[in-house]
Amino acid sequence: MDNTIFFNDDRVDGVEKVTGRAKYTADQRIENIAYGVFVTSTIARGAIKNLLTAEAKNSPGVLDIIYYQNCPPVPGYRPHDKELNKRGFEWQGLKVFSNNLVYHYGQPIALVVADTWEKAVKAAKLVKAEYFTEPFETDFEKLRKYESKLKKISEYKRGETDAYKNADVFVEAEFSTPIETHNPMEMHATIAIWEGDDKLTVYDKSQGPKGTQSQLARCFGLEEKNVRVITEFVGGAFGASLRSWPNVPAAVIAAKKVKRPVKVLLNRRQMFSMVGYRPQAWQKIAIGANKDGKLVGITHHAISNTSRYEDYREGIVNASQFLYDCPNVNTSYKILPLDLNTPTWMRGPGEATGAFALECALDELAYKLNMDPVELRVKNYAELHPVSKLPWSSKFLKECYDAGREKIGWDKRQATPRSLKEDGMLAGYGMGGGVFGAGRGNAAVKAILKRDGSLILQSAVSDMGPGTATTMVKIAETSMQMPASKIRFMLGDTDFPPGPTQGGSTTTSTLGNGVSLVCDALKKHLKELAIANVASFKGSSIDDIEIKNEQLISKKDNARRISLSELVSSSGKEQVEIIQESGRAAAEAQKYAMNSFSAHFVKVHVDPSSGTVKLKKVIATGDGGKIISEKTARSQMIGGAVGGIGMALTEEVLIDHSTGKYINDNLGSYHVPLHTDVPHIDAWFPNKPDPVINATGAKGVGEIALVGFAAAVANAVFNATGKRIYKLPIKPEDLIS
Amino acid sequence: MKLPEHPCNCEGRRSFLKKTTAITVLSIAPKALLKAGEQNEAIASFFEKAPIKLQINGKDYSIAVDPSMSLLDMLREQLGLTGTKKGCDQGHCGACIVHVDGQRVNSCLSVAVENNGKKITTIEGIGQGDQLHPMQEAFIKHDAFQCGYCTPGQIMSAVACIKEGKANTPDEIREYMSGNICRCGAYPNIVDAIMEVKKSGQKV
Repeated sequence: MDNTIFFNDDRVDGVEKVTGRAKYTADQRIENIAYGVFVTSTIARGAIKNLLTAEAKNSPGVLDIIYYQNCPPVPGYRPHDKELNKRGFEWQGLKVFSNNLVYHYGQPIALVVADTWEKAVKAAKLVKAEYFTEPFETDFEKLRKYESKLKKISEYKRGETDAYKNADVFVEAEFSTPIETHNPMEMHATIAIWEGDDKLTVYDKSQGPKGTQSQLARCFGLEEKNVRVITEFVGGAFGASLRSWPNVPAAVIAAKKVKRPVKVLLNRRQMFSMVGYRPQAWQKIAIGANKDGKLVGITHHAISNTSRYEDYREGIVNASQFLYDCPNVNTSYKILPLDLNTPTWMRGPGEATGAFALECALDELAYKLNMDPVELRVKNYAELHPVSKLPWSSKFLKECYDAGREKIGWDKRQATPRSLKEDGMLAGYGMGGGVFGAGRGNAAVKAILKRDGSLILQSAVSDMGPGTATTMVKIAETSMQMPASKIRFMLGDTDFPPGPTQGGSTTTSTLGNGVSLVCDALKKHLKELAIANVASFKGSSIDDIEIKNEQLISKKDNARRISLSELVSSSGKEQVEIIQESGRAAAEAQKYAMNSFSAHFVKVHVDPSSGTVKLKKVIATGDGGKIISEKTARSQMIGGAVGGIGMALTEEVLIDHSTGKYINDNLGSYHVPLHTDVPHIDAWFPNKPDPVINATGAKGVGEIALVGFAAAVANAVFNATGKRIYKLPIKPEDLIS
Repeated sequence: MKLPEHPCNCEGRRSFLKKTTAITVLSIAPKALLKAGEQNEAIASFFEKAPIKLQINGKDYSIAVDPSMSLLDMLREQLGLTGTKKGCDQGHCGACIVHVDGQRVNSCLSVAVENNGKKITTIEGIGQGDQLHPMQEAFIKHDAFQCGYCTPGQIMSAVACIKEGKANTPDEIREYMSGNICRCGAYPNIVDAIMEVKKSGQKV
């Protein structure tokens, strides 16, 4: 099928975004709204002895101050209270205002609600807390050395333990990665509106409106149908809105107490202490190979931090088990509770951290073997998934290697470090590979064909930026063979059929499958309608009819045709509706391993006098299966590379271990990449449909865009300078000593 | 009315205003009104607000604002011009950039009352009706955004960047656009969009 006939890759919501008409959560204009501002803890561990609220309460415009002593009973805070919480549901994460305990610095301890935001901010400053303090620890590097402090999460072994030691050549190295924060440009916001005693409408920055709806319904003991969550636009999230943070229940509680709609908007400082982060990690990795480069053994141990009130874990060591063909692999993973807020999934969770160690160690091994780093990867290319022994549903990683090498100019790379100079700079080339799970979950999509011939598709998903509506419209455009301008994809409202949470690079696969199937179902239904209601199609079979150019046409006699618009009218209805559910890829996962793959190639310049690293050229290649919308997929790859530049060179949350406070909790001192840090970036895809994963052949590129990138930079820095850096971010002082 | 001599030791300006309001009312009205005057937040709020006149997107406004309100919050909360975004409220990110008398300004760092008599242009005011500004068109064409949250600020900054004569090369654009953070990482496409508008020679 020709999918380029109506080709236009511009985002369907582009005009709204460039004109400022796109409404993000805090942009919603709600009548009689009150503003909630959090007061946060100034100790890292202990309990509130006394909260002094009198002065704040008398401050102008203040409606209420909510904290543990006056918080109404929240069913989800009391899982064992059968009177209050029949379903036994427990709110996951910090149960804000449920008690006086303090688990970390910057924890929300009260919400000041006032009639304007300015008044709420002023009054919040007047609330003072007296504490019982306890000893605390926020120093990961100090505590990880004590085995008794660690919680064992996973161990894996195939073949012999530590087999790398028996290889001809091996490397052993320890890697450190800091806390990184998502810091999307839109700060988390929630607006809660009680429409009655048991009916709630919530505007929320969420990657999964259905998930938020379900959490809220169970937490507040409401019927799910009485909770409506609206997320029209999401201003970036990268994982930070995969779960609901304290702002969500706090707004709902406050709106109930003050009997007015309440908006809670976090400030930038609170974006560090309330909505998760990529945990700090330590890794030890060892890889051994025979002289010909064939891997003998990989050993990979990792520890990452969690909070004291939740166990957060991620797949740091997973890729080491399956990205390359290696007979002996053993891994272990542990977590270390600290007096910090809970980490959460951040773009490429686990894999991004693990790939930094794995891909740097492989690079080091390649130098020891005197082998090209790409050749070493090709030599150990896994044709079958090494853990499950299943074939991959699709894997075009070799094509990525080839394209990356050609586009970056790999032949100009010098095998000997510090031997290439350009414009007085040390120049170097490096690469790193990435991988992430691909999959397909459940989704339901509603299709509505209207009398004017326009098609509306609806599903309760949200779009944090990759361009979900654009991609879905393209899938429908191709399937229905009608112009994209006549198709509208509506999302961000739980009144629509249940859609998936946007995370783990699965939206295009999951929702795209739903859109594809609902279009198939709609086409079948339209053909049946024509056969039943339209004289010229009487007696035809479904297979005799095709749909294109907004018409149903008889294949046997193309003079017999009816437009979609006329067909709807002839049915006597205002519109034709159909809802299609699409299931998860459970059976397929029994037979195939499903992953997306990437290979990042970079060229850097390192200033020999200042140690400054500058990216000069970036080629990001990704096997994400069929690329549905090339323009938006390229933007995702570019964005992942920019995130990777931050991970490699600039991003690091610093903690004052004497107080437990984040030191650089603002965008002025937590350095995300700026325009000036980012060169022209090229993205390339094999663009080969995966024949197994879903109806469209798309896998996903969101995570692989970042996974492995930091290693590519570190490897290029080694190639340029001869200095191997094991600790992120790479700092100028690391390179001039 | 004489002001208290030691304002810092006395009641705040607000309760002072409430009382003065009440006294004014007392001179012309019965006791019931005095009580109402003391408690009426609306009256106190009115006196607390500073009147300003300014032009926004070509339209004249005469409004009263909380003296501590930022230009950003005035635009968003008081006037409903929510196209201008709050990204950090600390002047670090550029999401709130608007033009004040033709200069790009972080509106979160500008107190609303400072802008008395000034001409403000926001993202809502750069197109001509339904006709997009060339920079808006270029941003769509080059996919110079993903989530779109920083986009109004990037576009306002980009227009100013060309007007300032600082958009002659990609590197110059990178330097002069570095006050605008894009966490989705659309930077390369933003630079392409600005270069295209600059090269086209269109009026910005």
